[in-house]
Amino acid sequence: MTWDEMAPLLWEAAGQTAQMVGWSTLFTVLFGLPLGVALVVFDRGGLLPLPALKAVLGVVVNVGRSLPFIVLMIAIIPFTRLVVGTTLGTAAVVVPLTVGAVPFFARLVEAALREVGADVVQAAQAMGASRTTIVGKVLLPEALPGLVAGLTVTVVALIGYSAMAGTVGGGGLGDLAVRYGYQRFETLLMIVTVVVLVVIVQLIQSLGDVVARRLARK
Amino acid sequence: MIKVSGLRKLYGDTVALDGVDLHVREGEIHGVLGRSGAGKSTLLRCVNLLERPTEGTVTVAGQELTALPGRELNLARRRIGMIHQHFALLSSRTVAGNVAFPLEVMGVPRAERRRRVAELLDLVGLGGRGGDHPHQLSGGQKQRVGIARALAGDPAVLLSDEATSALDPATTRSILDLLKRLNAELGLTILLITHEMNVVKSVCDSVAIMAAGRVEESGRIADLIRTPGSRLTKEIFPLPDPAPPGSVTLTFTGDPQRPLVSEVARKFDVEISILGGSVEELPGGSAGRLRVAVSGETGPALAYLRERGLLVEVAS
Ligand SMILES: Nc1ncnc2c1ncn2[C@@H]1O[C@H](COP(=O)(O)OP(=O)(O)O)[C@@H](O)[C@H]1O
Ligand SMILES: [Mg+2]
Repeated sequence: MTWDEMAPLLWEAAGQTAQMVGWSTLFTVLFGLPLGVALVVFDRGGLLPLPALKAVLGVVVNVGRSLPFIVLMIAIIPFTRLVVGTTLGTAAVVVPLTVGAVPFFARLVEAALREVGADVVQAAQAMGASRTTIVGKVLLPEALPGLVAGLTVTVVALIGYSAMAGTVGGGGLGDLAVRYGYQRFETLLMIVTVVVLVVIVQLIQSLGDVVARRLARK
Repeated sequence: MIKVSGLRKLYGDTVALDGVDLHVREGEIHGVLGRSGAGKSTLLRCVNLLERPTEGTVTVAGQELTALPGRELNLARRRIGMIHQHFALLSSRTVAGNVAFPLEVMGVPRAERRRRVAELLDLVGLGGRGGDHPHQLSGGQKQRVGIARALAGDPAVLLSDEATSALDPATTRSILDLLKRLNAELGLTILLITHEMNVVKSVCDSVAIMAAGRVEESGRIADLIRTPGSRLTKEIFPLPDPAPPGSVTLTFTGDPQRPLVSEVARKFDVEISILGGSVEELPGGSAGRLRVAVSGETGPALAYLRERGLLVEVAS
């Protein structure tokens, strides 16, 4: 296979990966951030202690985290069909990717929020700030470097998951590597795909590190 | 201004506060002195209800905080400033942003906020540093930001939890001077807790001494010093304890220049030898404590000193 033959394939696959990862990152943040906040706020000694609720959320998150992604993807096929009407294509892959990444990201959010000093939260309480204000103006901004670091790890994990998910019809770089490299013995294309993946992951990690470092003014 | 009655606080089986009464008068600087674990922080955090007391009431500026529901408590807290040992500044905000935070909480409009922040930073001697981030400041400057922030709501009362304990002596001095100035210029009532006698000696009008969740003694420093057996006196003026049998300990407030000892030696047929003593400059004037051995016409000599307003304690 020549470069001219590979380029369009790579280009298309990269676009699919970007779509899958982009959308699932968006939905992961949308659901995972509030879930992570809930894990901290409802905890014993949190802003609104509801230990029973926190325990339930904790179990749900742990179940989500302990399922291998490939199992999760198959197990939630009915749910995927319910949400997007199909189990094939990029949109259908976004559902299991999101479901798989939300518990992961929520734990990272929880860890980042726990890094915020108790004294800062208490200072805000002493000023008469409401719980919503404390979450919005103290916890989240103070934890921002940690949240960015957590998001970076999540995006990288999503790229990995998306390679797996792609084989079920979502396309993308992982799928390309498997279809051409493994099934058609196009070793060169497989190597190029892997290199592209490595470069993308490197770029995202470095970008995340730079942003997190610039935000962390300690 | 602050009235605390019958305060008890339990953490499981730990009794952090065991029936504390405290009265802080308007415009005074009131210290709470005690060792680590005495319950000082718990007491302070009960005053603005960061901790809910197990029993007892807290009244600040005529409002019984222990009786208020959550929303009204939040409103009341805006009139109570607080500063912290480790400053508790938001690292995600600039100095100005930190001072603006309580104003945002109160819903003060942006333009007004900016004006107030500049005013407050000037007040604490940080004019022009508004754009810096907390990590660019020294400890003393961070505490000044903390103080500016605490004053944003124009509070009647300032609570200070070991505000100088993380600072070096010179910086401690400058922060204490600032607190004293705010007390004098704004009429701010200050309740400060500390484990350092030095802090009490240099700024407090009154003090409560705490140990094991109880107040052991409290009152104006000038009054406590004249109280026989006062713990405060013993700690301010360290002398061997117990006093040697027969020795006399004289405690005096006011002008230390008065030549009372030579006066007594001249008027009465006594021999006086000095065993130890010291004089301290306190906010209410100077005070001293002298331990002497007296022989001869002891009775009338001591009676004369008592008449002059000295506290005379004879060790048996
Ligand atoms: N949140 C808490 N949970 C359990 N015990 C506590 C808590 N806060 C304070 N205590 C206990 O209460 C006692 C008084 O503590 P504290 O008020 O911090 O003392 P101080 O400020 O005088 O050092 C200590 O025995 C401490 O261990
Ligand atoms: Mg303490």
